[in-house]
Amino acid sequence: MISLQDEPIRVDELIEKVQGDGDGAVALFLGTVRDNNMDRRVLGLEYHAYPEMARSEMIRLVNDARERFEVSRIGLVHRTGRLEIGEVSVAIAVAAPHRDAAFQACRHVIDTLKETVPIWKKEFFEGGEVWVEGRKS
Amino acid sequence: MQVRVRYFASLVDRTGCSAESVEVQSGLDVAGLWESLCGRHAALRDLPFRPLVACDMRYSDWDDKLDGVEEVAFLPPVSGG
Repeated sequence: MISLQDEPIRVDELIEKVQGDGDGAVALFLGTVRDNNMDRRVLGLEYHAYPEMARSEMIRLVNDARERFEVSRIGLVHRTGRLEIGEVSVAIAVAAPHRDAAFQACRHVIDTLKETVPIWKKEFFEGGEVWVEGRKS
Repeated sequence: MQVRVRYFASLVDRTGCSAESVEVQSGLDVAGLWESLCGRHAALRDLPFRPLVACDMRYSDWDDKLDGVEEVAFLPPVSGG
């Protein structure tokens, strides 16, 4: 299950979709909006995407992770639009027969997503707003 | 031939548009297109980063030719997650 969406992420649904009877582990990663960055108080984030390409890069990285690791299914959902503090911006659920592969694949997916998927965040802080471009958060 | 150029994130602020159509000569590469876009939009000249480029939604190199390409996107370093 891969989705780029404005709507809030339903984590319980994501877990249900990936988990199968042959799995002994589900690893879950949630990225959440935190209230500070680079010594600034953050009020919220706005995520913008190149939607068509973001979806195809998300599919590519999930397929790549399924080839590299012994996993059953991978779910990946990313939000777009305005998010408030504490909201989930990205969710990754990996079901696998054993936990090692689930953890490794989950880590691989979030690390690769941050490098390759064309999505950007705009940070709103007290007194202004700024595009975050590259690894500055 | 015409290519559709798309901009994202801070590049939209700098160009004042998210997409535009540009006439390009056969044999032109991405770097050549960028040079002409910098002529159109002076604010593209002093970026604090080197943009990534995607031709028809696949990451591409600056010396890739544009023949047969419909859409070229210039992308600031990504920051999803």
